Amino acid sequence: MSADIEKEMWTSKLRKSWQKNLPVEKLLPDTQPSYVASWIYLFGVATLAALALIIASGLVLSFEGASWYHFSRVGHFVNSLHFWAVQFFFIFMVVHLWGKFWMAAWRGRRLLTWITGALAFVGSIATAFTGYLIQSNFDSQWISYEAKDGFNSVGIGSRFNVTNFGQMILLHVAFLPVIIGVITIIHVLLVRAKGVVPPIDAFNKELGERK
Amino acid sequence: MSDPRAELEAAPWSGPTRRYDLIKEGVVALLILTIIVTALSTLFGSPDDKQITFKQWAVAAPADFFATSVQELAGTSGTAGYGAPYNTASVGVNLGPIHLAKIMGVTHPIDTVNDFVITPLTTVANAAPVADALKQWQGSDAKTQSTWATNYDTALSKANQDPTKVPAGDFGPVPQLAAGLLTMAQAGSLDGALLSQGNYFQSDYTKQTLFLGDGGYFSDQSTASNLQGSTWGMMNETGRYPGQAWLWLYSFWYQIPPFNNSNSHPFGANADAWIMVIMGALSLGLICMPLIPGVRSLPYKIKIHRLVWKDYYQEQNL
Ligand code: HEM
Repeated sequence: MSADIEKEMWTSKLRKSWQKNLPVEKLLPDTQPSYVASWIYLFGVATLAALALIIASGLVLSFEGASWYHFSRVGHFVNSLHFWAVQFFFIFMVVHLWGKFWMAAWRGRRLLTWITGALAFVGSIATAFTGYLIQSNFDSQWISYEAKDGFNSVGIGSRFNVTNFGQMILLHVAFLPVIIGVITIIHVLLVRAKGVVPPIDAFNKELGERK
Repeated sequence: MSDPRAELEAAPWSGPTRRYDLIKEGVVALLILTIIVTALSTLFGSPDDKQITFKQWAVAAPADFFATSVQELAGTSGTAGYGAPYNTASVGVNLGPIHLAKIMGVTHPIDTVNDFVITPLTTVANAAPVADALKQWQGSDAKTQSTWATNYDTALSKANQDPTKVPAGDFGPVPQLAAGLLTMAQAGSLDGALLSQGNYFQSDYTKQTLFLGDGGYFSDQSTASNLQGSTWGMMNETGRYPGQAWLWLYSFWYQIPPFNNSNSHPFGANADAWIMVIMGALSLGLICMPLIPGVRSLPYKIKIHRLVWKDYYQEQNL
């Protein structure tokens, strides 16, 4: 009787698929396959750590306002944290990307993991770019002046105006980080749900025996 | 999916495992990175070269500022002739027959004569010659205004931007207007007038940024800081700091023919648009890479993965 009711419900469908694909044992496991033993696996986590630092320092900067770091020593220090964390974020992400490429880590129905990762990469470049535009110093004056031509040339400039400080600061601190955050969460949950991809030749024997 | 290997790769791992503390790994990574980033921030800080103001420009390079003001009046400045999204003065760059900027229209209208020169001048109490010049300008029709401004602009560039060397001519009030704007800029009040544009709240800096860029001073400063796009400036920062290194591929196209020559048609002259298209396509390619034949087979051919899984390959005798 209760099974009949459940059958119809979206809520129970979501719960069941969640339980099936990502039970908490998969989300927070005690073990990993023995092949997960290389420094290259550290770069996904390192990218996450850098993202956490970026968000934390960025929140402090937001609370103090856009011009704080130009006149406060503490402000300049927090800006420096934000700046260096971004540099590391990109270094880690690029090494991670190349690592996953050479491991062909999209195998075994992990295409969406790759796609969300690549979207995070492209989205991060856009986010960092808007960050450079809102520095409110000489660099941001010049970057906005130069970059407008690129966006105008394909009509994007009519809606996304890099010389509009108000628009850029709102996108940088509200819209874009939320997008990056959501994509990253999906990315990491997908990795946990699918498990770490096995080595390329892991099943040679099995497949040989079958033939 | 019928591919048996893909089936096995997708199935939960049933081979040997090892202890692995994900949370500890994450926390330790965060701690170590926090220490490194704090150290770098303490040692090196971060770049923050002061913004350029109109006052600074007008004081440091008065002839350049004066000539730029005249160009704004004559409609010969970069902004005045830009086209969409600022005005309809030109069709703008194209992708072959497609003019995307023009299609999207004038969304941020800029009238360089009034927005950059006349309206700011009306916001301050001007000395008599400037006040008279304003009256004369505002009392004439557009055609006369344009003739005056064009005459003076031409004469000024012939005189190498030196107003004292310009012979007498039919310039109307143009020299006085430009001189008035220069005085205003040197006193620092043009910055405020351009910023507020008659408003209290204002957060769109399109107009002043374009005006600033029409002159030579701004560009000279960026050359001095190695920020010009033609010399990889897109990736650079002011001072000795790393910049947006991740834009290397975007910047790359601007360094090679035909894109590094703005006189070569059709690609060089429209480099901005074509490079946007190339980078858009490459980004899409990255996102869909596992679906692209050839590229997706590279990791099978160049066996870097054997290094990653060295121990595993040894144990399993693969
Ligand atoms: C915001 C940026 C990113 C974060 C925070 C992130 C985070 C992670 C983490 C924590 C893992 C698991 C640990 C590991 O294998 O390293 C992972 C796996 C993975 N990442 Fe990323 N990643 C990001 C960007 C990317 C990019 C740009 C790509 C490639 C285009 C990518 C592709 C992958 C793939 C395919 C896996 C699965 C690997 C497997 O199953 O073994 N990620 N990512």
